[in-house]
Amino acid sequence: MRRIRMLAKKEVIQLFRDRRMLPLLFVAPLLQLILFGYVVQTEVKNIGIVLVDYDHTAESRAMVEKFTNTGYFKIEKRVNSELEMPKYIRTGEATLGLIIPKGYQDAIKSGRTAELMLVVDGSDATIGVQAQQYAAGIIAARSQAIMNNRLNSMKAITARVSTVEPRVRVWYNPDLRSVNYMVPGLIGMILTIITTIVTSVAIVKEKERGTLEQLIVTPIKRWELILGKILPFVVISFVEIGLIIGVGMLWFGVPFRGNIFLLLALCLAFLFTTVGQGLLVSTISRTQHQAQMTAWFFMMPAVMFSGFIFPIENMPKVIQVVTYFVPLRYFLVIVRGIFLKGVGVGALWNQVLILMLLGVFIFGVSVFRFQKRFVD
Amino acid sequence: MSEINNNYEKSITVNGLTKRFDEFTAVDNISFEVKRGEIFGFLGPNGSGKSTTIRMLCGILEPSGGNASVLGIDVAAHPEEIKQHIGYMSQKFSLYDDLTVIENLDFYGGVYGLKNDRLAKRKDFVLEMAGLKGREHELAANLSTGWKQRLALGCAIIHEPEMVFLDEPTGGVDPVSRRNFWEMLYHMAESGTTLFVTTHYMDEAEHCHRIGFIYQGKMIALGTPDQLKQQNMKGDIIEVAIDTSQEALQAVAGAPGVDEAYFYGATIHAKVDSVKRDVQAIEKYLKGLKFKGFSIRAVQPSLEDVFVNLIQDIR
Repeated sequence: MRRIRMLAKKEVIQLFRDRRMLPLLFVAPLLQLILFGYVVQTEVKNIGIVLVDYDHTAESRAMVEKFTNTGYFKIEKRVNSELEMPKYIRTGEATLGLIIPKGYQDAIKSGRTAELMLVVDGSDATIGVQAQQYAAGIIAARSQAIMNNRLNSMKAITARVSTVEPRVRVWYNPDLRSVNYMVPGLIGMILTIITTIVTSVAIVKEKERGTLEQLIVTPIKRWELILGKILPFVVISFVEIGLIIGVGMLWFGVPFRGNIFLLLALCLAFLFTTVGQGLLVSTISRTQHQAQMTAWFFMMPAVMFSGFIFPIENMPKVIQVVTYFVPLRYFLVIVRGIFLKGVGVGALWNQVLILMLLGVFIFGVSVFRFQKRFVD
Repeated sequence: MSEINNNYEKSITVNGLTKRFDEFTAVDNISFEVKRGEIFGFLGPNGSGKSTTIRMLCGILEPSGGNASVLGIDVAAHPEEIKQHIGYMSQKFSLYDDLTVIENLDFYGGVYGLKNDRLAKRKDFVLEMAGLKGREHELAANLSTGWKQRLALGCAIIHEPEMVFLDEPTGGVDPVSRRNFWEMLYHMAESGTTLFVTTHYMDEAEHCHRIGFIYQGKMIALGTPDQLKQQNMKGDIIEVAIDTSQEALQAVAGAPGVDEAYFYGATIHAKVDSVKRDVQAIEKYLKGLKFKGFSIRAVQPSLEDVFVNLIQDIR
């Protein structure tokens, strides 16, 4: 026990003396949180429109207003001819070209079908698809409104027209704010990065320096060594979790609906997998530089395949199979579930189980390798 | 604090110790003993099995065969028990550069379970011995090599081990610091600590009470420096002060009566059967090869001469 304490104490002294490591531990996560919080917005706003209004009527202006009122679009440019339109889309100033032909209002007034032409820039598929969907929705709503008006004005008519109208209610994240699910996800991301890199580097540093060789001939047992080296970083990880939750809730207004103690307990379970990875990396690497590179090599797919940014449902089947081995995948479901849905173990038990199995497996393998490599 | 029996006569007893890595035999059936309070020099070229032997004796590498006991404890049966009673210092001076002198001592002291009064006393002793009084709060990184070496020794003996293994402890250290360091080793040996030292400085080897010479995993010579010189040298050594060119070396090696020749400092040493008989013939031969201004004299064989010849015999 005392030996573990000595090791941990030494580790903390070294850490606070390391001018490069300390900022990495505390400033980097906050920076990432703020960057991700602002940058990774999956909903698209203020899509630029280049407008060609040949009609110049009350009806055409009403349509344009509908577009801008939603906040999804803004009029970037009004031009007089559709010949001028392509250049704004080519330069990226506008994503959507909206052409209202002459006679638009007349068509509506006379009960015929009025046509609008939309040109969508598909070079950025994410924005393109969203722009198209928003636009279609706006036009459909307008179309419905026009029809209702007409029906109302024809009071004499007896036959009723039936319509189906969806009443959508979004649960857990009613405004579909991406920051609400990015911040919980960031806990998983940052824990992965910090603990994997820091654990591996801290151990490889001793290897590089020759102090590991010295420690082996002291009475320190191997499990004491592992524990003494890891414990400070686990504590630091929890400080960071607190930091992220705090900033997420107070700054970004992310709701926290679940049980904080459950979340912390499951963070510990997740740390088993990331610290295990770090330990594993330390057995493969000889220098700190190698350790960092190897750690990134491990983490990149973990982040890509976890569903942190790209939905797993959209991935090819083969890749989907790979994601089953990524601990972060399960942790993301857990942390988002606790944060936004406020669910407990009852709803998450299968994720928790797999996460724990992975933790025991990864940690077990790396401790085994660490023991074996110890003397080489 | 020591729970080992103090009745052991020999600090180290090694019998037929062997270590195989797959096909490769790193240590091949070696046997030797080291007495209490002795400075035992363990010599051999790089890769000859020195470090492997030390690792087995420290209980961190399991022997493939034979047996060894350190301070009366069997290394294969109780490897963990040995660690509390030995000190180990390597060429790398395994200090934490980003810790201060005192923090290094605190750490290693704590690791060996030293507390309060005893820790304070030992720290004081080490600081005194290493001449680091007044520099307690300097980072180890800022110490020069000689000081680092002494601090590393201090860390290795903070728990007053009865037995200390030193693996090339003077590598890369200036001559003055080396001398000081050996002074410290003598003091330790006098107070009853057994020292097991590897080095490739032959002048240091001369300071050892006894020497074992390991080559290709086998112990090829064992004894006091004097014994080794007497037992293992058949013939005489002559020193040719000529120049240090390859031509000169080849000329001396080709001279009549010369078994072999090798550089020795700025001179060339040659082994001959008899100085009396051969020296004039060699001088004549070298003059015939247009070498001028050289001198030849008979010298006492040094340990280096002994080892060069031992290795030559095996080849």
